[in-house]
Amino acid sequence: MMLSDKIGQSDIEQQPTRNGFGEGLVELGDKNPNVVALTGDLSESTRVQAFQKKYPERFIEVGVAEQNMMGIAAGLALSGKIPFIGSYATFSPGRNWDQLRVSVAYSQANVKIIGAHTGVSVGPDGATHQALEDIAIVRVIPNMTVVVPCDYLETKKATIAGGNFVGPFYLRTTREKTAVFTRPETPFEIGKANILKDGTDVAVIGCGPVLYNALLAAQELEKQGISVMVINNHTIKPIDSETIIAAAKKCRAVVTLEEHQISAGAGSAVCEVLAKSYPVPVEMVGMPDTFGQSGEPEQLLQRYGMDKEAVIKAIQKVIQRKDKNA
Amino acid sequence: MDKLNGSQLQLKANDIRQDIIEMLLEAKSGHSAGPLGMADVFASLYFNVLKHDPTDSKWEGRDRLVLSCGHICPVLYATLAESGYFPKEELKTLRKLDTRLLGHPHNLALPGIENSSGPLGQGLSQAIGMALALRMDHKSNRVYCICSDGEQNEGQIWEALMFAGKNRLNNLTVILDRNNIQIDGFTEDIMPLEPLKQKYEAFNFHVIEIDGHNTDAIINACMEAKAIYEKPTLIIAHTIPGKGVGFMEYDFRWHGTPPGISDVPGSPPKKEQAARALKDLRTLRGQIVGEHQ
Repeated sequence: MMLSDKIGQSDIEQQPTRNGFGEGLVELGDKNPNVVALTGDLSESTRVQAFQKKYPERFIEVGVAEQNMMGIAAGLALSGKIPFIGSYATFSPGRNWDQLRVSVAYSQANVKIIGAHTGVSVGPDGATHQALEDIAIVRVIPNMTVVVPCDYLETKKATIAGGNFVGPFYLRTTREKTAVFTRPETPFEIGKANILKDGTDVAVIGCGPVLYNALLAAQELEKQGISVMVINNHTIKPIDSETIIAAAKKCRAVVTLEEHQISAGAGSAVCEVLAKSYPVPVEMVGMPDTFGQSGEPEQLLQRYGMDKEAVIKAIQKVIQRKDKNA
Repeated sequence: MDKLNGSQLQLKANDIRQDIIEMLLEAKSGHSAGPLGMADVFASLYFNVLKHDPTDSKWEGRDRLVLSCGHICPVLYATLAESGYFPKEELKTLRKLDTRLLGHPHNLALPGIENSSGPLGQGLSQAIGMALALRMDHKSNRVYCICSDGEQNEGQIWEALMFAGKNRLNNLTVILDRNNIQIDGFTEDIMPLEPLKQKYEAFNFHVIEIDGHNTDAIINACMEAKAIYEKPTLIIAHTIPGKGVGFMEYDFRWHGTPPGISDVPGSPPKKEQAARALKDLRTLRGQIVGEHQ
């Protein structure tokens, strides 16, 4: 059983994914004395703070200096530490991409990069702080592992899995409270997508909290007799080609979903697999090649087309395309 | 390894310079001036100052040498080969397909390379991370970071200096190759650095200025840095770019050019450059030997 039994209900638990990271980091720290944490003046909002309080001797405040933070983390990792660096994704890996590329990825330094405050759901802070390009710029680098967890529980599991995994690791978190739609016993394995809901007419393959909108869309469309498969493709790299191809073979139509630029993101990674192995009609839901703006998260998701209605439209459109091809 | 001193070190530096010329001639690309200028510093570090073991490059008790300005790696490669990390014949593979001696150094490619570098400004932060890890683990090994002067243009350097100064990283010694040139010209024309000593002092560094070709001064400065418990140390090593090869000395046009590739005004024709460079170095060797007899 993968899913909460409260999907679509108003009393489903709400928690930000960043809280899952903060709790997972402390658990890792309890078990492994080599785990250290760094932040660039964002201890509280990235949720590194709980680790800082419990293990001050393993916490490093770098100040507002993300390039230096990435480099220090590389040096720590090359000396046997397991550093987690927390900042907003627009700054890290946004501002320190060169340091990620050379000091960390090329050097295979065991650094864990936590990109916080991603997506338009950052809300009122506006476009400068809404990371919508981070998946693209990270997944293009060799040696990287890229994980985008869908809720609080999965983020905690992914944090612990990332700490136990050896190699450069990017974890994407979010600021706002979002539905906790998986369960404590839902499996999480790096590189293994989870089929949250089976279906036959279309497969929605997505990642991050916005994936909840696919579950809501599926519930609504089931009433109209449309059977929707929903896949949580939490690991963008290395991507689970096997699950993606199997879903395409079964449903023969795919919708990708992410809170990120459509171009070069998680959906593009899915399309790379399909184009090579099993091309089917695809509709892509995500940020349509534009910057965000200030507003409430739900307003912004609606404005830029990543809410439940947008997913429903994309599903209907891709099914039409599939039928034309048939 | 037995420590070398005085004329032994000068002769070792001379060997390293000859290796550099031969490597670059074979590679047909790469940097000349910086590596030649830093040969005395590298010889002093690897044959006197550093705790290291060429037969066990991952030895826990080793000091770390982080090369931040990766483009001067011919001097690092030649020094590692002279130390016995890998066979000297391999120096001739510099920059060739499937070599372990990449155009800019890679930590995973070759024993003795602690970090990957090339994009300037990144090594100092990594050196700080290593120094922090050693301090957390209560280890007494030291971290040496080699920076260039042109590299000081990078913002990351100043982020790193703020951090090292704040955290009083006394196990970190930065050696800055002050040769006054960068690719486009003289450092003070491109982006003035002076007063460099005062800038570092303001960032809470202990600063020592030395002649970067005086091996005794290099060793003494490193020993002085070990005795400073309150803060990190910067050694400004004043060097002559192209040192040892008359026609390359002080000339920024030899920053990124190997011998034998192009006719540089004021230098011998390209076909004669390598032979002339090696002849200069052999003459220098004779002088070192003569002075100490």
